[in-house]
Amino acid sequence: MNFVKRYLLPRLISYFLVIWLGITVVFFIPRLTPNDPVIRMIDQMRARGSTLEPGAMDGIIEDLTRMYGLEGSWLDQYGDMWGRLVRGDFGVSFFQFPTPVNQIIGNALPWTLGLLLSTTAITFIFGNVIGGIAGYYTRRRWSRALDALAMVIRPLPYYIFAFSLLLIFSYLVRWFPITGGSSLGALPEFSWDYIKDVLWHSTLPAASLVVLGGVVVFQTMKLLVQNVNSESFVQYAKLGGVTEDRIVSKYIIRNAMLPQITGLALSFGQIFSGALITEIVFGYPGIGMLLYRAILNGDYNLIMGITVLSIVGITTAILLVDLTYPFLDPRIRYV
Amino acid sequence: MRLLRDLFKDFRFTFSFIVLLIILFMALLSLFSPYDPTLWYVVPRDLPPSPAYLLGTDSNGQDIFWQATFAVRNSLVVSLISGLLSRAIAILIGMVAGYKGGTLDRVLMFLGDSLLVIPLVLIFVMLAMMVRQNMTLVTLGLMLAGFGWAWDARLIRSMVLSLREREFTKTAVLSGTGTIKLVLKEYMPFTMPLIFSTLINNMSWAIGIEMFLAILGLVNLNIPTLGTMLNWALHYQSILLGRWWWILTPVLLSLFVFIALYWMSVSVSEYLDPRTRIQRVGA
Repeated sequence: MNFVKRYLLPRLISYFLVIWLGITVVFFIPRLTPNDPVIRMIDQMRARGSTLEPGAMDGIIEDLTRMYGLEGSWLDQYGDMWGRLVRGDFGVSFFQFPTPVNQIIGNALPWTLGLLLSTTAITFIFGNVIGGIAGYYTRRRWSRALDALAMVIRPLPYYIFAFSLLLIFSYLVRWFPITGGSSLGALPEFSWDYIKDVLWHSTLPAASLVVLGGVVVFQTMKLLVQNVNSESFVQYAKLGGVTEDRIVSKYIIRNAMLPQITGLALSFGQIFSGALITEIVFGYPGIGMLLYRAILNGDYNLIMGITVLSIVGITTAILLVDLTYPFLDPRIRYV
Repeated sequence: MRLLRDLFKDFRFTFSFIVLLIILFMALLSLFSPYDPTLWYVVPRDLPPSPAYLLGTDSNGQDIFWQATFAVRNSLVVSLISGLLSRAIAILIGMVAGYKGGTLDRVLMFLGDSLLVIPLVLIFVMLAMMVRQNMTLVTLGLMLAGFGWAWDARLIRSMVLSLREREFTKTAVLSGTGTIKLVLKEYMPFTMPLIFSTLINNMSWAIGIEMFLAILGLVNLNIPTLGTMLNWALHYQSILLGRWWWILTPVLLSLFVFIALYWMSVSVSEYLDPRTRIQRVGA
């Protein structure tokens, strides 16, 4: 009971508050800017050269206003939006017209989820293991070399790093395909050939996410292990003849892991943004590519749907990590 | 002077100092450009680098070297607006939250934490789509500043929290120093190094976001920045057509800018943290 009241409840409240705040921001952005999306849409139609009778124009303006959810006062629109969101209805896409936004996102989601889940797991494990060992043997030459490498890679933004990998490995040496999630015309099926094809196409996007994310995990883990290693209880354990294996696994890793798990939860938003950018660079058919096409087409409903879903997805992921925390940290006991 | 001598003992500081000097020099050079950066077809198209056109020319008929000087200047302008303004917000919120505490602290930190969680790239995309026609360097800088303060406000707050418990705070309060004077005169000097290193990080972040929005075509493409240069080079398929001088100019320039900014921030904050300074300088 104490666990629910002191740990679970505050976290659930802040979970729902963040979602509420995020979606409210998303609601107000188009309404606070001077441009009317309906007029913009009509301008775009005019620019494509379609001409309309004056009467038809009024009808279109009315229809578009309804489809954007711009009818009535702001308060009405706000309530209306929440009503639709709770039912999981994001409206229809403007540019693939009668297809619901839900369905379009649903088709792209498996690609992004597959890429994100696998790379985040690999990043977290490798970053921590290598960072931990490098932090323990901090004076060795290879540890310093890794440190120097991290100093070069760390500041690069996702776009530039992914683009540099593409330039080197797809254009210059041609080891990997330039774009796409699978070869043209390859049908999704459960066969070794298809899986191999998908893996080959996702190597570079995955590598850029793993390296950029891994460098951050590596640096923080190395620093944490260095700090714990110089604490007096570790020195004492060494003098007292505790075996090195035991010191590393029970004393150092146990203490250094906890902040790393909090860090992982906090960086989900950045990891997700990074994955979107990386997908655009490599033409990988996930949510990022979908976003790219939606921007080019001015498909407002689709962008709104992607944004709302990612806010809910990321906050849920953070909540899940938060809820496992009491089982990992021996200092938290609410019984 | 001692300070500079110690700093220059760090290879990373020397490197980033020189690179940033060159970048700054380039930005100043844009004042003497013989060409108007918004005009097209002022020089022959698609020429490789030569003495007449130092970095070659592009498919829009612009001189890449002079275009790059404008790009560097404009990218720096955006990042400075974002960096300085978001510092002001971060200092205000961090100090108020840390010093006042209580409900105000919780509300402000909740706002900041939400900004950290929400995928900001998507928010920027929505904002940029809405103001696309009116997107200038200043609007972009303001937009980035409005969302880029959260993490740094948290850092400043935790520093103020620890300063508040120190002996000198009680002495100052008991001898009648006002809150504002206490915060500005007594706390500011302690947080200055932190503010400086977060300023550099925020500038680097702002340049990165600007590049991303420019690649998507969400900024005014007629204003040269590192991002819009890259956008034009990609738009004209300069990689496939082998115009390496065009695509490599913005890519290499931004690589150097990002690395230099990061090394500058790391070496300065390491210098200011005496534990690591002793290891390195040996003083």
